Amino acid sequence: MLVEAGHFALALALGLSLIQFVVPLWGARSNDPVLMAVAPAAALAVLACLAFAFLALTVAYVTSDFSVINVVENSHSTKPMIYKISGVWGNHEGSMLLWVLILALFGAVVALSRNTVPVKLQANTLAVQGLVTIAFLLFILMTSNPFTRIMPAPSEGQDLNPLLQDPGLAIHPPLLYIGYVGFSISFAFACAALIDGRIDAVWARIVRPWTLGAWVFLTLGIAMGSYWAYYELGWGGWWFWDPVENASLMPWLAGTALLHSTVVMEKRDALKVWTILLAILTFSLSLLGTFLVRSGVLTSVHSFAVDPERGVFILGILIVFIGGSLALFAWRAPMLKQGGLFAPVSREGALVLNNLLLATACATVFVGTLYPLALEVLTGDKISVGAPFFNFTFLPLVIPLLFLVPIGQTLAWKRGNLLGTVQRLYAVFGIALLVTLALVAFRDGGPVAAPLGIGLGAYLVLGALNEIVTRSWSRGTPLATVWRKAAGLPRSTWGTVIAHAGVGVTVIGIAATAWDAEGLGTLKAGDSMSAGPYQARLERVVPRQEANYREDVALMRIFRNGQELGTVETMKRLYVTRGMPTTEAGIMTVGLSQVYVSIGEVHADGTIGMRIYHKPLVLLIWLGAVVMAAGGGLSLTDRRLRIGAPTRARTAPPASAVPAE
Amino acid sequence: MVIWIILLAMTAAAVMVVLWPLSRHSAVRGQADPNVQFYRDQIAEIERDRERGALLPAEAEAAKAEAGRRLLRATGLEDTASAAVGEPALRRRRAVSTLALSVVPILAIAVYGAYGSPHIFDRPVANAPQPQAQTQDLATAVSQIETHLAQHPQDGRGWEVLAPVYIRMGRVDDAVKAYESALRILGDDADRLSNYGEALVLARNGLISSDAQAAFEKAVKLDAGAPKARFYLAQAAEQDGQVEKAKAAYTDLLSISPADAPWVSLVREQLTRLGAPVPPAAAQAPQVGAADIQRMVSGLAERLESQGGSPEEWARLMRSYAVLGQRDKAEAAAQRARQALAQDDAGLKTIEAMARELKLTDAAQ
Repeated sequence: MLVEAGHFALALALGLSLIQFVVPLWGARSNDPVLMAVAPAAALAVLACLAFAFLALTVAYVTSDFSVINVVENSHSTKPMIYKISGVWGNHEGSMLLWVLILALFGAVVALSRNTVPVKLQANTLAVQGLVTIAFLLFILMTSNPFTRIMPAPSEGQDLNPLLQDPGLAIHPPLLYIGYVGFSISFAFACAALIDGRIDAVWARIVRPWTLGAWVFLTLGIAMGSYWAYYELGWGGWWFWDPVENASLMPWLAGTALLHSTVVMEKRDALKVWTILLAILTFSLSLLGTFLVRSGVLTSVHSFAVDPERGVFILGILIVFIGGSLALFAWRAPMLKQGGLFAPVSREGALVLNNLLLATACATVFVGTLYPLALEVLTGDKISVGAPFFNFTFLPLVIPLLFLVPIGQTLAWKRGNLLGTVQRLYAVFGIALLVTLALVAFRDGGPVAAPLGIGLGAYLVLGALNEIVTRSWSRGTPLATVWRKAAGLPRSTWGTVIAHAGVGVTVIGIAATAWDAEGLGTLKAGDSMSAGPYQARLERVVPRQEANYREDVALMRIFRNGQELGTVETMKRLYVTRGMPTTEAGIMTVGLSQVYVSIGEVHADGTIGMRIYHKPLVLLIWLGAVVMAAGGGLSLTDRRLRIGAPTRARTAPPASAVPAE
Repeated sequence: MVIWIILLAMTAAAVMVVLWPLSRHSAVRGQADPNVQFYRDQIAEIERDRERGALLPAEAEAAKAEAGRRLLRATGLEDTASAAVGEPALRRRRAVSTLALSVVPILAIAVYGAYGSPHIFDRPVANAPQPQAQTQDLATAVSQIETHLAQHPQDGRGWEVLAPVYIRMGRVDDAVKAYESALRILGDDADRLSNYGEALVLARNGLISSDAQAAFEKAVKLDAGAPKARFYLAQAAEQDGQVEKAKAAYTDLLSISPADAPWVSLVREQLTRLGAPVPPAAAQAPQVGAADIQRMVSGLAERLESQGGSPEEWARLMRSYAVLGQRDKAEAAAQRARQALAQDDAGLKTIEAMARELKLTDAAQ
């Protein structure tokens, strides 16, 4: 009965979303506050319905109700409880339900922010939000219904894809979805502003926390996914330029650009039209990501079931929303009032350059991801676009961008002084150069990319911290005053500094991968192999039986220059229900570096194939992302109003001052 | 019935949520223009920052001038003439009420009607016939047999034992492979071929493929009386649209079957469904013991419980229990029948009639 009530709640949510779409829009057109007041009520009701539906499905999973096909196909009564729960979204249907649930959750938050959002903007935003909900509810009900029943009920389920039986599944999709869906709110606000024909600093102030929040979660979601792939897939890579990864990277790049352009808009009332366009593009890229992952166009662990009908449906949603919003943009954008003026060399100018580079980098990823697909559709040729393409196109765009970060952060609003800024960064340049030279000197030989990259990372970290130093320290000030001043800086400043430092940390981690060492061998018990300064000795191989899988466990003893560090286990598992083998890597963390062993073929004569990797500073890649997200979170807690304080011009403003757009 | 009451209550609640703000037109908030408020707050904050020393006086002046310019631009922009009163507003509100009262229930019920299955109850494994621990044991046992077979793949008996277990666990494809191995090692045999064919049919969701048909034909060739194979061959004829051939095949099967064979009722059902004359049941064989009857009755009960069935079958179950003197079970069966047939008025009548006939205590008068 609960399952059916959940199914019905889903259908009710569809009806309520239709009300949420039509009535507030009408109310806003006719300026009727009563009609507009329906929007928050409907949004909350939609949330209640979807939360109930999700709860019903979760209960079906937890109690292993095998009269629900979705549970049969993705669960098993002997599965550990955590995977029963995370299995709810470890499949196509359930994950789409989570998607709309988060959408409704955010809609409800907008509905509850009564006194900060102008009534009309709120009504229009919730209407757009309602339309998105309608589209995805129809998609779920018609092509991917998680509540379809089966009679007679099988006595046992088919188990969850073993690659997904991991704590990562409990965290990665919700984080990523909060990110994706958070951008839908920015999108809805952008459309609402276009419908109303009004956009200003107030709009930017309302949208910024949403964008920032979405960005924080997307950052964490991507980092989590990357770490998961690193330890689960068993070949030690952390980013594969796989189309599914790119599908999440594109909204992240566009979202990062959006984040920076909303700052300009809030503080300086400039870059309005561009910000709106970015908000639309970011969500469009989120939708595109959903399409690529969910339609079966790409085959990967993410595309749970290949079904052309679903692909066509999502393509339809894609065309309606991207086409519709861009048409709205083309029609309304010329009517928006232009914003403030600024000189090319200024904080705004630097942020425009940041946006240009990010947008171009995003376009590069877009081409690299979609070109092979388009080519295959048109000519049937299969080409593979991998790391070399992105190294040649993406990196040349990103490296100048990274160089720009500390400079842009130091420039003044409205009109800046490039020479003065560079002078303030002398110390930073110097230390970063020293770091690079020291690394080249101490680690003679080895690739030159590592020291250069680490130098760049150090420059980013120091450049970010320099902001705090220059704003609180001057020659002769007592240390206590410096501390007080630094602590008194706005949290958004600290947030920026920490997030930018996080970028530097990630860059250091990535650069250090150039030092990776790898060993490959066929071992029998007692044999050793080595990678870099580490050796691994195979102790023995033992079989083990668990509830829903059995495995061969290889016990490896790890030594560093002859001194024992401990034992790691690497396993080859067979999940019996699906008859699917997986490999579990054994990882030993030494400081920020890791030793990674992964079992290969188990031969008939008792020998086993084994890979070992030494990955120096590899943890910094993900720690950096966590630091970035922490910076974003800190900035999110700063509820101050922001206005860019321009320095008074000593001379008349330069004649080359350009309009914002 | 209960389910519909719940769904109705949910619908009513959803409609109320929409109607509620429409009825509160007097309480609509008069929101101060948030833009003007925003710049006022901003100027106040610049002032505070200057006092704290976070902004230099010159910077604060410049920022204040900027915010002031925007404040000037923002004032007077808002067209505050709200349209909450008057005849058009009233008409709009009525239209929206009608919309909420019609669209929400109609859409929800239409969509649910198309995709929902209100007659199926929740069947969590915890309440299902076999307890969890047994499932666990089964899984362990299966994995032990699998390990054994991985080392001794030529053990045909092992494959044959494993195959039906796979089917019970819903791993039909594995069952097909297991039967294939058993056939390869142990050779053809009517039962084995019939079971193999049945697994193939299950794997295709009831469709009898040419592989399955070949297996059944081979089984009949080995043993003309193989009931399972003959039954599926009759089904195959029906699926091919050869209804007459199917009827003949079912009638043949019935004529060679002992009257108490477990498949007889199933075959008779098929004949009834096809509209063919059903041969009268042969006289009950005298040697059938009470235990056999008990087994047949519980078999029927299990099938009705898991797959549902016609009102006549439910009535038969009730009567059987009553005849066996298990009146409490007969009453329970009547209850279950009423739940299962809640949508079927004629069926309910049949059940009630039987309940009255058997004088069950809770029969609806």
